[in-house]
Amino acid sequence: MDWEVIVQYLPLYGEAAKLTLCIGWMGILFAVGIGLLCAVITHYRIPLLWQLVRLYVELFRNTPLLVQLFFLYFGLPKAGIPMTAETCGTLGLALLGGSYMAEAFRSSLCAVPVMQTESARSLGMTRTQAFVYVVLPQAVSVGVPAFTANVIFLLKETSVFSAVSLMDLMFTAKDLIGLYYKTAESLALLVAFYLMILLPVSVLGSLAERRMRYAGSGD
Amino acid sequence: MPDLGIEVLFAGRNMARMLGGLWVALRISLVSAALGIPSGILLGVVMRMKNPVTKILTRLYLEVVRILPQLVLLFLVFFGTTRMFGWNLEAETAAIIVFTFWGTAEMGDLVRGALAGIPAHQYESGAALGLTMPQIYRFIVIPQTLRRLIPLSINLVTRMIKTTSLVMMIGVVEVLKVTQQIIEANRVAHPQAAFGLYGAVFVFYFLACWPISLLAGYLEKKWS
Repeated sequence: MDWEVIVQYLPLYGEAAKLTLCIGWMGILFAVGIGLLCAVITHYRIPLLWQLVRLYVELFRNTPLLVQLFFLYFGLPKAGIPMTAETCGTLGLALLGGSYMAEAFRSSLCAVPVMQTESARSLGMTRTQAFVYVVLPQAVSVGVPAFTANVIFLLKETSVFSAVSLMDLMFTAKDLIGLYYKTAESLALLVAFYLMILLPVSVLGSLAERRMRYAGSGD
Repeated sequence: MPDLGIEVLFAGRNMARMLGGLWVALRISLVSAALGIPSGILLGVVMRMKNPVTKILTRLYLEVVRILPQLVLLFLVFFGTTRMFGWNLEAETAAIIVFTFWGTAEMGDLVRGALAGIPAHQYESGAALGLTMPQIYRFIVIPQTLRRLIPLSINLVTRMIKTTSLVMMIGVVEVLKVTQQIIEANRVAHPQAAFGLYGAVFVFYFLACWPISLLAGYLEKKWS
């Protein structure tokens, strides 16, 4: 291990990590939005939209992000829809994540027993009140593990961005290996940076899971 | 109207070549699943042991393999072993090693979860009925565990198929690489072909994974 090389590489990896994080969090933010919208549509079975959402969720859950990115980045411009690598990465992650989040949110809404809504209604709450004060808090509690698992999954998926020539951590590592043959140092830094990004999320996730475990109604 | 790739897709042996490329990726995931699922079952059983040493070791293995992106693991094995041990691994071999390791960890966690989900009173009721330990496992624990486990492991196979698309990044000639070659070869005659061809890859992957997902969903509903 050559420490001088590592010090020299650090700023390059720092830049790359910034890009990974930037696009990663942006994509996840959009994914949460798409997921919420889709979950509500499927939960209330809004006609027509509901079938479209199912189609979207099935399509994106059953294909790899790499293939989605290739289609978005190399395919769509040929049909007259060009986009930059950054937009493509964000959009790809948002679409993939949206389908996973939709599924997670939907199943946590379903996990709240109907009895809960009925009880709230019989206490004189309106539909909206029952949803906001009774169903939603329990659904959030049930959904936390799946949500954090999805966030970690999506952050890990950002590693394929280098395929559409975004200069992320993987791109930097591969580039440096090719240029200077400092394989061990490049790979060690790569692992270190991914751990720095992913470990805090994983630890925070399990803390949140423990804090939010309050919905145990009905058993 | 310019050709958006449909003509190229059906020209000559292009489609057959792309499906051949898909098979390369599928083969890697199926071999890894065939190796990873049995060893994952073993790992899951070991993880349930109360021995602190095995507990820490298996936990460490699980966390390390699961926290890193699979592409990083691929790079570590493919480029790292060459540098450190002088091994000259084929990209496909490196991919099988990585996905087996990863699959073992994922499967191990599923098995551990399924075993932990069997309540203690199931064992106790069995013992109270006069069953011996092997009988309790044979007639009570294993059937219930399998019902939980089979849909989850089928899902794991689809995840493996999706993840093997990454092998393109370490130079395995699979469906994306073949498609790239076809697009390059038709660059002049059909400059817009990328749309249809990458769209076709998208559909191929969907057709490979969707039926398996449906099966998993069906079994989950039937057995829950």
